[in-house]
Amino acid sequence: MQKSALSRYIGLIPSSVMIGAFFVIPFVLILLTSVSTPTDDGGYATGFDLQHFERFLTWFYIERALFSAGLCALIAVLSLLIAYPFTYFLTTFPPRTQTFWLIYILAQLSLSEVLIAFSWQILLSRTAGVANILVWFGVIEKSFAMTPSAGAVVAALVYLTVPFSVLLLFPALSRLDKSLIEASRTLGASPLRTFFTVIIPVTRPAIISGGVTVFVLTLGAIIVPQVLGKPEHWTLSVLITDQAIFNFNMPFASALAVVLLVLSATVIWLVTKFSGKKA
Amino acid sequence: MRALRSIYLALFALYLIGPILVIAAVSFNAKKFLAFPPRGFSFRWYAEVFVANDWFTALKNSLFIAFASASLSVLIAMPVAYFAWRYGLRYAKALLALGVAPFILPPVIMALAFLLFFTGIGLNGLMINVIIAHAVFLLALPLVTISLGLESVDHALIEASQTMGASNAVVFRTVILPIAAPFAFAGFAFCFVLSLNEYIIALMTVGFSVETLPIKIFNALRYGYTPVIASIAVIFMVINIVIFALIARFSNLARILGAME
Repeated sequence: MQKSALSRYIGLIPSSVMIGAFFVIPFVLILLTSVSTPTDDGGYATGFDLQHFERFLTWFYIERALFSAGLCALIAVLSLLIAYPFTYFLTTFPPRTQTFWLIYILAQLSLSEVLIAFSWQILLSRTAGVANILVWFGVIEKSFAMTPSAGAVVAALVYLTVPFSVLLLFPALSRLDKSLIEASRTLGASPLRTFFTVIIPVTRPAIISGGVTVFVLTLGAIIVPQVLGKPEHWTLSVLITDQAIFNFNMPFASALAVVLLVLSATVIWLVTKFSGKKA
Repeated sequence: MRALRSIYLALFALYLIGPILVIAAVSFNAKKFLAFPPRGFSFRWYAEVFVANDWFTALKNSLFIAFASASLSVLIAMPVAYFAWRYGLRYAKALLALGVAPFILPPVIMALAFLLFFTGIGLNGLMINVIIAHAVFLLALPLVTISLGLESVDHALIEASQTMGASNAVVFRTVILPIAAPFAFAGFAFCFVLSLNEYIIALMTVGFSVETLPIKIFNALRYGYTPVIASIAVIFMVINIVIFALIARFSNLARILGAME
């Protein structure tokens, strides 16, 4: 028996090594690099120096962090608003139609952010974009490019996150006890009233956790703000990439990554605490 | 009420599928410049992906990396999910929670972590780096799908086969594996698709030495428009749909997505 208990742990050694070496160590490296001290030759050495965080505490970066948080909150709300009714209808579709839609939504969800940014660039372009349709209908006189703009960033980010919202709401809505709806309907509530007073309150935990997930997901978007927005629409993730790849400033990139990490963790923590109290 | 529902559903479908349809239309454009509605019809931008050396190399790189990292990810996840489920080992459960974490963080954080790690050990820009990085980043997917598959194995079935004298290895091969295999396949397929489409981690691990398709597309975007990107978007969308249709066919998609208890 002792031998077989030991063999269970031996079986876990390769996976432990992989997770330890390629997740835990790299992750700790970020924390160490964010507080490293610069050396004379332009590199950096282990130490405890908070100057990179001090640099973050200037209005430019604070403003970027606030902008990122605000943008992600807006996207989370819009994305859930658009996805919620669809997901509800989806659960009422016949199984074959449901599977068809789920396959399509998974396929779009997996589509590279690079390709999604590209398709929205075309969609909002002067020569091939939706502006031409407006010209066609006589709404506007001449076609124009709709990028770069804040509206383009929002439209593409919502597009990027709607499939996630659908999949995040799907379990709760498809497990929803349909007799609750019948009860509400037989007691004389209209479908709309049933929707707002029964279906939404019952699925509240999924709405909140879905919102948090979409928020964190949007925080990670890198290409869309760069390709469809102006520099004033850049989020923390874009700035981290910029610092790491183009300025080779690893300590500052790490400090910004720690800020991003704290921001995501705080939102997750706040919302679970807040929703836990009400439930 | 019904009309409202139909209008909403139509608008939703248009928003979701519209951009993909525009890209598809643009990809069949016969002319080099961007135009919608397209002028003429041709497959030349699809041929270009396979004929132009640089695009084809990027496609081969991406497919190889996706295949290798998905295989590695399933290999890492399998024992963790198995020991956590079979023996309820606390250590395995902790490892499982740890393995899911990279996927929850914004990807740029893991990308930077891998960049620091691989430059730190002095092995920058090797293809194996991005394979390992994707395998670890996407580990959550096979961990979750395999765990789901194992949960559907009836413990009575295992006891029955053990009473009949089956050894642990035989139980694993004849009872557990057949039930869990479709879920492991689903985990593999999810990893494959997401690795194929992943940009930032690939950029920060091998961006300056190995070109994957998303990296190549992003670089091409900066030098202006080329219809090849549109045809790649369509090819990727088709690959994604085929793979998820396979999962739906051979595994339980609704269960993986959490529709059933």
